[in-house]
Amino acid sequence: MNATVPATSLGEPNITAIIFFFVFIAATLGITFWAARRTKTTEEYFAAGRSISGRQNGFALAGDYMSAASFLGIAGLVSLSGFDGLIYSTGWLVGWPVVLFLIAEPLRNLGKYTFADVVSFRLKQTPVRVAAAIGTLAVVTLYLIAQMVGAGNLIKLMFGISYEAAVVVVGTVMLAYVLFGGMIATTWVQIVKAVLLLGGAALLCFLTLAQFSFNPALLFAKAAETYGAEVLAPGKQVANPWDAISLGLALMFGTAGLPHILMRFYTVPDAKAARQSVFWATGLIGIFYLMTFVLGFGAMVLVGRDAITAIDKGGNMAAPLLAEALGGTGLLGFIAAVAFATILAVVAGLALSGAAALSHDLWVSVYRKGDAPREEQLLVARIATVVLGIIAIVLGIVFKGQNVAFMVGLAFAVAASGNFPALVLSIFWRGFTTGGAVTSIVTGTVASLVLIGISPTIMVDMMGAEAALFPLKNPAIVTIPLGFASGVLVSLIAPEATARDAYDAKERRMIVGAE
Amino acid sequence: MRDDIRALARGRWRVALLLSSIVFALYFGFIIAVAFAKEAIATQIVPGLSVGILAGAVVIVGAWVTTWIYVSWANRHFDAGVKAINDKERR
Repeated sequence: MNATVPATSLGEPNITAIIFFFVFIAATLGITFWAARRTKTTEEYFAAGRSISGRQNGFALAGDYMSAASFLGIAGLVSLSGFDGLIYSTGWLVGWPVVLFLIAEPLRNLGKYTFADVVSFRLKQTPVRVAAAIGTLAVVTLYLIAQMVGAGNLIKLMFGISYEAAVVVVGTVMLAYVLFGGMIATTWVQIVKAVLLLGGAALLCFLTLAQFSFNPALLFAKAAETYGAEVLAPGKQVANPWDAISLGLALMFGTAGLPHILMRFYTVPDAKAARQSVFWATGLIGIFYLMTFVLGFGAMVLVGRDAITAIDKGGNMAAPLLAEALGGTGLLGFIAAVAFATILAVVAGLALSGAAALSHDLWVSVYRKGDAPREEQLLVARIATVVLGIIAIVLGIVFKGQNVAFMVGLAFAVAASGNFPALVLSIFWRGFTTGGAVTSIVTGTVASLVLIGISPTIMVDMMGAEAALFPLKNPAIVTIPLGFASGVLVSLIAPEATARDAYDAKERRMIVGAE
Repeated sequence: MRDDIRALARGRWRVALLLSSIVFALYFGFIIAVAFAKEAIATQIVPGLSVGILAGAVVIVGAWVTTWIYVSWANRHFDAGVKAINDKERR
């Protein structure tokens, strides 16, 4: 579209990418084979036998969390609009201190596999678990759609295979890890991915800054010189201040309600290791976001906006194009393979947490009233995993061509409004009741979905209406208070004596641990 | 025994709430400044480094520092409290 656009080999089969891709697949399937022989019980399948160390879990949490949306998406957003990308990076990071201060340790001491274990601890099992499973599956589904559609588009762009084939490959490889290797394989895939992604980003950062005397300010100044000083200032992402604040709330409190993140705290031996793992994760993820910010500016200056938007209007290919500009097709191939690994690790974590909700919460705890033979539990867990894998592939194909970038923000809004208030209230408030928990989860989840449905994102951008019924793109500023208020109100109107009396036992276990 | 646990839980709750408020204030201070004081945020301290970029980096470093404070507090004081309760029970 522009004569000055340099040629790129992106989208043509790239020999380095294919080699790295097969090395990664071979290595991770090797890990899966090793993990499969260690996976004989449900505890190993869903919680890696509680054998993961704090530091290992920190890397795995980072691998579970740093999605392609944050690597390619934030680098792309920064390359096109500069400073605005930092609003997302900081928001995605400040969720982690919240997880550490309020959730991680009580969660580890109180639960087995899912966050529903914690919410239902002294409440009636069936209603709370059904509600929590709905909250979990809503978040997992929205997140899966965003990841699978992103995966299809990215792999199609990078490797030149068809969208459907890309979705099926991601779904199948992920299923192989999770089905056979369970949480042990998933954990190590996430650790390998975290190391590769951080290493790849660090290498790109080093090569970029080497051209600017290792002074980021010189890079930013060069960007401002070429594209105007507005790249260093708030731009159109914060056109409506309330949108920015509402999104900020969803990001800050959503992380603490993401089922696939919460589930990882059950893989460590005790609360102290859970604490240690968030410390590592926060450090790694913070460094990663600082690097993506530099990479975005690097792509803006060294690749150029026209060349980035010529390949993908959303800017998602900024980081791979920067890799090509800095290190030729070899480096491009490496980064493409890293992006692929990134998607696989996130999708595996999501599928496992969805499967835990289906099998542990719904089948074993609700349908079987907690009394199912061990072989049956493991079998149901594996069947649930296959179901999730198929759902992931189908969602990826059904949503082909849709703009799904907003779904990650929506998943955070549902997690922050549906899951987070119920978790916090059940941990810290003696007077919380079964009715309160169910109301809180259902209200937060449904309100988020409805308000997104009538938001400008859906009504104006997708359906072409003049104006939306609800003015904000992200509903969190309304739905988080709604989730808390509805839970408190129902608990106050109809107190539950047995739940109140059982709080001492819960508090004891929360502090001292099991036994 | 119950009172020991209650006291420990309350102490942890206070630290957790205090540190959460600090992170909340840092981040929403940043977001509100970005949303409502765009001119000030755009000011460049040295060429290339705007107030906004520096503030964003401060939020990230602030998240690290608060998690570090919590972990060192919990490793030292909270774990000692848990150990004291366990020792008392064993006796």
